[in-house]
Amino acid sequence: MSRRRAVLGGRIALIAGAVAALEMLCRSGIVDPLTLLPPSGMAAAMVAVIASGSVTGDILRTFTTVAVAFGLAVAFGIAVGALLHAAPRLRRALDPLLASYYAVPLFVFYPLLVALFGLNVVPLIVLGFASATVAMAMSTLTGLDRTPRVLLKAARVHRLGRLRTALLVVLPAASPDLLTGVKLALAYAFIGIIAGEFILSGSGLGYQIAYAYDSFDNRTMYGLMLFVLLIATAANAALHAWEQRVRRRRSGR
Amino acid sequence: MSEPARQARDALAILAVLTVAWQGAYEYAGAVAVTPPLGTVAFAAHLLGSARFWEHAAATGLALADAFAIAAVLGVLGGLALGLWRYAADVTEPVLAALYAVPKITLYPVILLLFGLGLPAKVAFGVIHGVIPVTLLTLSAVRGIRPVLLRTARVLRLTPRETMRHVLAPAVLAEIVTGLRLCFSLTLLGVLIGEMFASQRGLGFLIINGINNHDVRMTTAVVLLVVVAAVLANALLLATDRTLHRG
Amino acid sequence: MSGAAAHARLTGVTRVYAGPTHVHALGPLDLDVARGEFLAVVGPSGCGKSTLLDVLAGLAAPSSGEAWFEDRRIAGTVPDGIGVVFQEDASFPWLTVADNVAFGLRRAGLDGAEIRRRVEDALGFMGLGEFARAYPAQLSGGMRQRVCIARTLVLAPRFILLDEPFGALDQQTRLLMGDELLRLWRRTGATVLLITHALDEAAMLADRVGVMSARPGRFIAFVPTGWPRDRDSRVVSAPEFGALTAQLWSHLRPESLRAMGQARA
Repeated sequence: MSRRRAVLGGRIALIAGAVAALEMLCRSGIVDPLTLLPPSGMAAAMVAVIASGSVTGDILRTFTTVAVAFGLAVAFGIAVGALLHAAPRLRRALDPLLASYYAVPLFVFYPLLVALFGLNVVPLIVLGFASATVAMAMSTLTGLDRTPRVLLKAARVHRLGRLRTALLVVLPAASPDLLTGVKLALAYAFIGIIAGEFILSGSGLGYQIAYAYDSFDNRTMYGLMLFVLLIATAANAALHAWEQRVRRRRSGR
Repeated sequence: MSEPARQARDALAILAVLTVAWQGAYEYAGAVAVTPPLGTVAFAAHLLGSARFWEHAAATGLALADAFAIAAVLGVLGGLALGLWRYAADVTEPVLAALYAVPKITLYPVILLLFGLGLPAKVAFGVIHGVIPVTLLTLSAVRGIRPVLLRTARVLRLTPRETMRHVLAPAVLAEIVTGLRLCFSLTLLGVLIGEMFASQRGLGFLIINGINNHDVRMTTAVVLLVVVAAVLANALLLATDRTLHRG
Repeated sequence: MSGAAAHARLTGVTRVYAGPTHVHALGPLDLDVARGEFLAVVGPSGCGKSTLLDVLAGLAAPSSGEAWFEDRRIAGTVPDGIGVVFQEDASFPWLTVADNVAFGLRRAGLDGAEIRRRVEDALGFMGLGEFARAYPAQLSGGMRQRVCIARTLVLAPRFILLDEPFGALDQQTRLLMGDELLRLWRRTGATVLLITHALDEAAMLADRVGVMSARPGRFIAFVPTGWPRDRDSRVVSAPEFGALTAQLWSHLRPESLRAMGQARA
């Protein structure tokens, strides 16, 4: 327990130290404060931009797009993972595709998706979905592979049907790896969609950051940048904490 | 059927399915959105013979090589250091994981402000994409070394240097190669995204410029070439990776 | 009527694994297990002991022959009234000890108070009372195996099958767990079949020890132990105990040698 506290303290000190160092660097003029806003300035700019209401529509749009892509990716990823686990021949055949999937910079397809579907939300959803779903499928496979066979035997001894075995035994047994998949899927969907908005779109948080950069509006740019980083980090930290709690229970620490 | 023959057949089947899907996309949307497989391959071959294309490819290649070298060295050294110092690893690991999950593209304007337009910004952007996974994987590889191996090294009275060379390095090498493979892919992604935004050179620029000028043929062909190059590079690293993991 | 006399019975059972290697794993063998009997089965490694248990439990279908339990043919599913304890840790790591033990009762749709009463009883009997709210990962291997036994016991099975349940435990824990098992057998009056590779364990616990041949496993001898029903691990110091294990080993030694040869080939 005390070790966990020491680690947590160290982590807080590390982050606080980094923020303080950045603040000093900007305030002392070593870095031009016009080039890089000090963290305090970024926070103030973030509050101001959000409070002004000028980006509320973009925030909602980005979050909705991410939610749709993420939801589809998780559902499809779990289904595909379960299918591939049940069909080893198909899984072996698809191995080269899975192994090189994330080696391809998927983002290069985004301009083509825009050409295919138009400059709207569809290419963003497709990009977010494609970035996220394979990670979910691979995590599902890992979880199913790791489920001890003896637990499935125990399910048969308790005369559970297929559905109950899946819900009461396989799902909880695989849940740590499924949570890892969910965490990755959310991060990848968010990264893909913000990037898509940034490079080529007409609305959304990514678009607003790029627009602010192009129009030399550094305060809006840094404010929104901080907002996106905070949201992504908070979501990741929440899922990470949940995952760790589940894993710790399993490992008895 | 022998294993390599089966693999070759499966790979061909996947390729066939993807080609059919591509052709389907063309039939659905027409030449304003995407060019068909055969025409694209022909145009890609034409590009490979043009000096202008190679100028752009060289720009991307140079940025990628620089960024990959920097990210790999930083990541491996950082991962080794953190892996050997348990407390620091416990403190930093979730922070690094969180940074990995952040949309780094939002940082690109800052990088442009700091480095200006051009090669250094692209390299820096590639590095921030690639450095984290290789750090994390090296770290976990060092932490995952079975303690009995280190105790054996002490029983055999190996010097720290010998321990490093004969025990530590072989034990973590395979994982580091896995990390480098991820590092390469993400560095490439970072460089290409960097070129798509505010750049006049490189393959990323060709892709986005094709869309902006309604030159879909160019975009499709360059995307194809990038994908093929990425898959080939990955296959090479993956083969090394799997050989090491077996051994 | 094939299963009339015995509580469980195998007639002419074989198990063959099809495929390129075509392994003849088991039999043909016959077995009668009397109601209330404690039967141990020993055999060289790879002789098909676990396959035998899987067939009796309804976890695996015989390639030929028949398996019967309480005058019903065992086919495809685990019959009601059979409980199984495995060698591997089969506790559900995401459930507390109490929830693990209650797992089967909840499926059976009993009311909450009845479940609580029976779980408490089983936990107390297995000495797990103070760990009710712990998770399996916080317990030792021996305690986790107790959880699995309690999870089986709480369903009041009439036939308990144990597949090397103490194989992963240290020697002292094994002796004590053996005592627990005898206590459980006496209290429930259930029929028990214990698969083990440890001759002393079989000799100490069982009424009767079946000795199996090397693969494909068949019964080559049945050795009655002659212990009183009210016994415990202290029988290991009885003079007959040495003679008994020696007798088992004289049956088993040539088979174990054959099994080693099979493994090398």
